[in-house]
Amino acid sequence: MVQSISILAGQNKDGNPEHFKRIDILRGEIVGVVGPTGSGKSALVEDIEQLAQSDTPTHRKILINNMIPEQDMRFNPKKKLVAQLSQNMNFIADMSVEEFLLLHSRCRNKNPNLIEKVIQHANMLTGEPIKKEMNLTVLSGGQSRSLMVADVAFISDSPVVLIDEIENAGIKKHEALQLLSGYGKIVLVVTHDPLLALLTRRRIIMENGGIKKIFDTTGEERLLCDMLYRIDKELFKVREMVRQGEEVSACFKWDGSYSNHVDFVVQN
Amino acid sequence: MNVVIVAGTPGAGKTAVLLHTLRHLLEQQKLISIAKVDCLYTDDHIRFQKIGIPTLLGLSKDMCPDHFTIFNLSEMVEFAQKNNSDMLIVETAGLCHRCAPYTTNSLGVCVIDATSGPNTPLKVGPFLSTANVVAITKGDIISQAEREIFRERILEMNPGCRIIEANGLTGKGAAELANYFSESSGFDCETEELRHNAPFSICTLCVGETRILKNYHRGVLRHMDGIHEYTGE
Repeated sequence: MVQSISILAGQNKDGNPEHFKRIDILRGEIVGVVGPTGSGKSALVEDIEQLAQSDTPTHRKILINNMIPEQDMRFNPKKKLVAQLSQNMNFIADMSVEEFLLLHSRCRNKNPNLIEKVIQHANMLTGEPIKKEMNLTVLSGGQSRSLMVADVAFISDSPVVLIDEIENAGIKKHEALQLLSGYGKIVLVVTHDPLLALLTRRRIIMENGGIKKIFDTTGEERLLCDMLYRIDKELFKVREMVRQGEEVSACFKWDGSYSNHVDFVVQN
Repeated sequence: MNVVIVAGTPGAGKTAVLLHTLRHLLEQQKLISIAKVDCLYTDDHIRFQKIGIPTLLGLSKDMCPDHFTIFNLSEMVEFAQKNNSDMLIVETAGLCHRCAPYTTNSLGVCVIDATSGPNTPLKVGPFLSTANVVAITKGDIISQAEREIFRERILEMNPGCRIIEANGLTGKGAAELANYFSESSGFDCETEELRHNAPFSICTLCVGETRILKNYHRGVLRHMDGIHEYTGE
């Protein structure tokens, strides 16, 4: 069981040492990774995937449960540490949701009864219900993403989940992260989506191939995040009303300050 | 000299993955030569030459491209020796599902496209099952579940292989692949043998017959029902 992952400092693209000693990430924690294109976000994730031991271009070391991982953990493809979810991913298998989940659970030696739970939790993340007899390829973006999240939470064994740019997914992002972390996953969120980035307890800031600093989410940011979350929830409702062909009735009142609550209420 | 043989179906991303891997190898000051084989046309050799790597191009034309690669392997090695290279990388033409060009002491690298469907690993045969390293490409556009199923199917066909999830666009996996490239050793043209025989059916189609009716065909032939026969004198 992976209880913690530690990143030990390496170097940036110029060969200069990174400005930290080590980062310990515990089971169930959600950590943000931010920085512009080319800043080294992907290389960081790759280091974790490969369990780097100063043998990657960044020279970082990764510890599992405070120890250097065994060779088998590094090279056995059945023990891949990182599961990934991104905006660009699609289902390409031409089969029903049920057949597909059964196939995946067989591959992972999981109890086939689990698939009811996967569908049930996926439906908590999307507005349009997923039924088990639906074909995978007809699912909408939101349905697909929700099913992928629930599938990773229950069927994939990988203890780390990387969420890469999942901004416009049409799913309840907050609940999706809670689901993953609630089942003990370490969640790395590579994103510039303010709601997702501020939802994390801390974020790793990348620059020039190295980790520039580790930033703890401030109280003010958390407060802002709460409000963004509420706006997001209301937006979700509006989206569903549009989808259902209803007239949208909502009002948006806000006095401009962060300390006050946002008055954006959708009337059903 | 290290000899690395890279095989895969057409369009799987062999060249793209190789270009990223070469950058890592060049950073490690490796002296590399490349032999690129294709059937009718390619401009991939220009892409290799652009990053400063001596590249030998071979077009197989009427010959089976896999047989062409195997037949010309010693000439490719001579080319690399002339360049004083310590590594020869052979990129084969997109293979049919029957051949595997790896030899006993080369490093066999299979590049396989994850979007080709979960049953592909079961279909492609010896170039997957006799590879040392399998690089899965385009995995970033399919779901995690499908990636895991794909991986599992590869392991069913080749339990001992190392799997790399590579990306020809971003270069993901290339550093890891570059490390494996340096591990291959002991290649010797005199004694080198294929790990898996090339198809041994020799029939009239191999020598240019174009009519389709069964009566016109001679040689080692296999019927739809699986019966294998020799027809001829």
